Amino acid sequence: MSEQTTLDKVPAPRPASGEKLLEVTGLQKYFPINGGFIFQRRVGDVRAVDGVDFHINAGESLGMVGESGCGKSTTGRLVTRLLEPTGGKVSYAGKDITHSSRKELAPIRSEIQMIFQDPYASLNPRQTVGSIIAGPMEINGINPTGGRERRVRELLEIVGLNPEHYNRFPHEFSGGQRQRIGVARALALDPKLIVADEPVSALDVSIQAQVVNLLQKVQQELGIAFLFIAHDLAIVRHFSQRIAVMYLGKIVEIGDRESIYGGPRHPYTHALLSSSPEADPDDDGRERIRLAGDVPSPINPPSGCRFRTRCWKAQDKCATEEPPLVRLGGNAEGHLTACHFPEEPTIEAREEDIVLDPALAAIEEAADETP
Amino acid sequence: MTSPSQAAADAGDLTLEPEGEPGTPGNKGTPELAGRTPRQLAWLRFKRDRVGVICAFVVGFFILVAAAAPLIVKLYGKNAYDLYGQDDGLLNSSGIPIKPNGGISSDHWFGVEPALGRDVLALLVYGIRTSLLIALAVTVISVATGVLFGLTQGYLSGKTDYFMGRLSDFMLAFPQQLFFIAFSPVAISLLVNPGEQESWWVRPFVLISVQFILGWMSIGRLVRAQVLSLREREFVEAARISGASSWRIISKELLPNLWSTILVQATLLLPVFVTAEAGLSFLGVGILDPTPDWGLMFQTGANNYQSDITFMFFPGIAMVIFVVAFNLLGDSVRDALDPKTLR
Ligand SMILES: Nc1ncnc2c1ncn2[C@@H]1O[C@H](COP(=O)(O)OP(=O)(O)OP(=O)(O)O)[C@@H](O)[C@H]1O
Ligand code: SF4
Ligand SMILES: [Mg+2]
Repeated sequence: MSEQTTLDKVPAPRPASGEKLLEVTGLQKYFPINGGFIFQRRVGDVRAVDGVDFHINAGESLGMVGESGCGKSTTGRLVTRLLEPTGGKVSYAGKDITHSSRKELAPIRSEIQMIFQDPYASLNPRQTVGSIIAGPMEINGINPTGGRERRVRELLEIVGLNPEHYNRFPHEFSGGQRQRIGVARALALDPKLIVADEPVSALDVSIQAQVVNLLQKVQQELGIAFLFIAHDLAIVRHFSQRIAVMYLGKIVEIGDRESIYGGPRHPYTHALLSSSPEADPDDDGRERIRLAGDVPSPINPPSGCRFRTRCWKAQDKCATEEPPLVRLGGNAEGHLTACHFPEEPTIEAREEDIVLDPALAAIEEAADETP
Repeated sequence: MTSPSQAAADAGDLTLEPEGEPGTPGNKGTPELAGRTPRQLAWLRFKRDRVGVICAFVVGFFILVAAAAPLIVKLYGKNAYDLYGQDDGLLNSSGIPIKPNGGISSDHWFGVEPALGRDVLALLVYGIRTSLLIALAVTVISVATGVLFGLTQGYLSGKTDYFMGRLSDFMLAFPQQLFFIAFSPVAISLLVNPGEQESWWVRPFVLISVQFILGWMSIGRLVRAQVLSLREREFVEAARISGASSWRIISKELLPNLWSTILVQATLLLPVFVTAEAGLSFLGVGILDPTPDWGLMFQTGANNYQSDITFMFFPGIAMVIFVVAFNLLGDSVRDALDPKTLR
């Protein structure tokens, strides 16, 4: 695994970094559900994001993981202000942008960019690669020295595409190449922060690593801060200095890479780590946890701790009191966990696997009885 | 599932060639496929569709006939207004051509009209011109209005969408033929003072207006539906993140993706309007004699079909060929533009 070593070299944040570039406090997004015959009434809310706090330092990469539907994309779209927050605050470089209009956002528009999940939907099929990448420059009236076309060719080279493909259309490229075009478009304005919403989950596994490598190269060389969204911990591992774990609209654990991968405290983080594909099937040194069921509906989330319906440590307190996101005793600086009864900070195998899935448990029991 | 780190094949060589790169060994067989714009691809697909190409020629022929009507008539040597039948004694006492087959002769290739005795070929050529011009005007205005309406509706969504949607539902609920027949005379009487001579533009104007009023909704709805799906696409969000204005999003991101729908709908709408115009003139609420018109020829034909069936053939066959060819062309255009509909 020689590639692994090259990938593990996460750069130290650049010297210029350290100050908070993006700060999010108590961020909420409720999507109204309308119902009723003839007269539409608001009958409820999808609480997609419900009180999220985090920050990203300049040049730093924050990974955000969680199961499907837990509100990761919504958080990303709130940060880029594609969506209007219901509550809370988003500030960028000290400036409150929570409810800024398009005109007010103009000066910082070029500094926050986004890379999308679906490389087939994120490029306009009727525009050439050249005009797709030059689009952001046109909109913001940026005229780089040497002209926009030269800059586009440069960007194509940076992302590892042939600059001669300037006049081609997206349909002539594969998924991985399209994603590179998306990266080039995001880089066109020299951004300081890129929100990458599952940039590789639509790609073939063999291509995923190439694109992750490209993003890593970009982050190192250009010193861009990233909010890197993914649904499993394996991909962010090589990319992010800090990791936030989301569950049903809330951050349940956040901390630096070593703390999250080496000494996670929240049961959900343990479960995620255990299901991470990084696991070696013959390796019995790691704990094994299999959760049952799905994420509950964000329309009517469980009271108290939202994870309690699937948690093996849940007690009465969990149903009544919501656990605050705090630094627990023994945790490193900046490692916050929201749990009343945290796990031990280890991922060593337990005496007995935690298998909550009844079907899987039954199969394993049967297998044990008939050796 | 393999982790990406295990699959990192060759991190150093990140440059990739697009598939089908010409000159790359290994795909020598299909160098043709590389480097085409979506438009060129559509054109290639269209050229392979034999029915479509034939229909395009037929439709082109009709348009050419309509456009070059004065030239054709000049070369042919007869015009659409002289009453040859009466002047040259080609009609019998009850107004039926004396010669067999509707009076077809070397002078009058398609024969002469019963009663008035005009030349059928000249009449048909000019009739096509009138009908096609009116239908074309209706198509252009309807499509433009429909696209504008649908774009606004889809882009703004919410309450605007709701109310605009109810308006177009309301318009769709009108029975078209009845509306045309009932309202054309009303509109004409509004435009013409009693006792005055009707100006030449009144009837075409009324025909265009009434057909347009009930003609723009279908394309409006289609455009709205497409805009609704397009505006949620990530490339629109990417433009929005860069700070694009609504105008730029509509003109640069949405409209280019709508052209195929617009083109296909326009080619399917035009024959509908041609037949509607002919229908109205046939029923007497459209163009009036002596203006040559396709629909009026059917009227004359219907009045005389027992004694002169030949006359009916020319406008009838021309109309059937035109409508069928135009509809098939519309289908071919759609197949060429959206082989898998819009992805
Ligand atoms: N525009 C919307 N209107 C209503 N509900 C929405 C909207 N967008 C998202 N949601 C809901 O918000 C919740 C969170 O969605 P989100 O897309 O943020 O999840 P995610 O974590 O990105 O999931 P995935 O990993 O599948 O992308 C989901 O329950 C979803 O149904
Ligand atoms: S607070 Fe309770 S239910 Fe929630 S994760 Fe901790 S132990 Fe489980
Ligand atoms: Mg998502």
